[in-house]
Amino acid sequence: MRFTKSYIIQYLFLLIIILFLILIINNVHFNLIRTGLGFDFAWLFRPASFSLAEHILPYSPSNSFAWALLVGWTNSLRVIFVALIFSTIIGISAGILGKSHNYILKFISRLYILIIRQTPLLLQLLFWYFVGFLSIRNPVNIIVPIINISNQGINIFGYILTPEFSSLIIGLSVFTGAYIAEIVRGGLNSVPKGQWEAYKSLGISDSIGLKDIIIPQALPAILPGLTSQYLNLAKNSTLAIAVGYADIYAVSDTVINQTGKSIEGFILLLIGFLFINLIISNIMEFFNRNILKNKA
Amino acid sequence: MRKLLSSIIGLTLLISGCSSSNQIGKSRLDIIKQRNQLICGVSGKIPGFSFLNTNGKYSGLDVDICKAISAAFLESPNNIQLRPLTAAERFTSLRTGEIDLLSRNTTFNLSRDSQKGNGLSFAPVVFHDGQGLMVKINSGVKDLKDLSNKSICVGSGTTTEQNINDAFEEKSLKYTPIKYQDLNQVIAGYLQGRCAAMTSDRSQLAAARSSFKNPGNHVILDNILSKEPLAPATVGNDERLADAVRWVIYALIEAEEKGITQSNINQKLDLAKDNKGMKPLRRFLGIEGDLGEKLGLANDFVVKIIKTTGNYGEIYNRNLGPNSQVYIPRGLNQISKQGGILISPPFN
Repeated sequence: MRFTKSYIIQYLFLLIIILFLILIINNVHFNLIRTGLGFDFAWLFRPASFSLAEHILPYSPSNSFAWALLVGWTNSLRVIFVALIFSTIIGISAGILGKSHNYILKFISRLYILIIRQTPLLLQLLFWYFVGFLSIRNPVNIIVPIINISNQGINIFGYILTPEFSSLIIGLSVFTGAYIAEIVRGGLNSVPKGQWEAYKSLGISDSIGLKDIIIPQALPAILPGLTSQYLNLAKNSTLAIAVGYADIYAVSDTVINQTGKSIEGFILLLIGFLFINLIISNIMEFFNRNILKNKA
Repeated sequence: MRKLLSSIIGLTLLISGCSSSNQIGKSRLDIIKQRNQLICGVSGKIPGFSFLNTNGKYSGLDVDICKAISAAFLESPNNIQLRPLTAAERFTSLRTGEIDLLSRNTTFNLSRDSQKGNGLSFAPVVFHDGQGLMVKINSGVKDLKDLSNKSICVGSGTTTEQNINDAFEEKSLKYTPIKYQDLNQVIAGYLQGRCAAMTSDRSQLAAARSSFKNPGNHVILDNILSKEPLAPATVGNDERLADAVRWVIYALIEAEEKGITQSNINQKLDLAKDNKGMKPLRRFLGIEGDLGEKLGLANDFVVKIIKTTGNYGEIYNRNLGPNSQVYIPRGLNQISKQGGILISPPFN
């Protein structure tokens, strides 16, 4: 009896949700017609007639809006991919340093996490861009003549990374790295103290002990948190528009303005992000399952 | 179970509440009057057009246009609500009815005016602008071709972006656009040396330069990349509102042509009342005829406008004249008698 009752409630709830969705869609549809905005995607194949500063794929203003959006996506993916790698390196290093016996290293790690987590990402990006890059008056040669930094970007072996791209990568990596560091630290703390003492009493060095004993046990606690940070990173990459990088959001902004198709533009944007984040979370889920399986 | 029922009822109420706000067949003019408030979309970031002044209030040419319209519609210039909007937000805000009127240095062009484009309806041009380029004097850049293969700072989501592209493509020159969402960032990028030049409407370049530390170090090139007729806009399918807005703007121009100002409006009124022969003036000021009524406004709407903001020339001088913070010579924005291109059709 109790069983059927709970089923009825669940189905009723589902029904309400479906009705609610139908009403919302109906409402949007009705209002679109009322305001004459209508649904239409034919504009996607008209020439874009605006140019983009950075593109991996060949692009010219006579290409279509659809192609411009695709170029925007490749620009976004480039940022997301590179920042994902850097933020992981920074985060894991800072997380492990937080457990270090060296007080100075520990202090630096805590200070980094503290400062980065208490300030908004947008401000940090603007800081890296306008203060970090654009205010450089005289080019700085880090390793002459390999790496050269100026307000025109970073020049590595003659390959130029624009200040927009560089500051976005630094900003996103440093910001996400601080959150990952906290997750890593939490994961390490979840490993019982006895395990740490055990490897030490066996005379195993810290680096091998961490790699072979502690981290494998900490990973199940780290991975779910890491996934959500990666998803955040992908979404945060849309702040690129603040530093003038032509990511998908910036391109969509221009496209929407030139075509007046804001609802269609945003729908494409939302679907794209949903897709990217589904890919990221599925890859992470795959890792998660494999690691848990190996452990068991 | 009771909780469930109440939540269903709650949801139904919520949803029906959403859809009952559709007012079909009613002019927005009636809605504005009913609400007794005009909601006006402005930029809020351009000195001389709409900018927060030291009193914490918006002032500028675009704001004065809102005030004039509010005076004509609601008999009070203070019944306005100003909403600062970004370039990307402005058309959707208007189309969805979030604002009644867009007075935000918006370029009047075909795609924006047409029903299958942005579906707006434009009022007469209130400022004839043109897109230009600003460079540092010591850069030695004199012409568009000197900027070949250089970076140019541009505001995204504007016609500016398309115009600069057209101009370079026409001459088969290459350039790198550095696009920012906000004019202030365009300025910062340019000043910090990210770009060799910044591009925007020439009025905005002049306004920006006025706030630089050393305005003399920057020069606005002679190249005019485009015509930028800036005009207020209303939603496209509302002819009554569009008409009323259109004739408020014409009234400002007509008043300047007739030499009617904020300070002499009462004298002109007395003059018109005493002289039955001054037909055009009497019609214009609403002493005889029903010009205002035809628009759905009071017959003396012109008097209310002039008492509030003065004529077009007074608005211009207050915000962009030689004594204002942003001086832009009137040029094309003179009335036709003075060599400009502003002219009002007759008030008949």
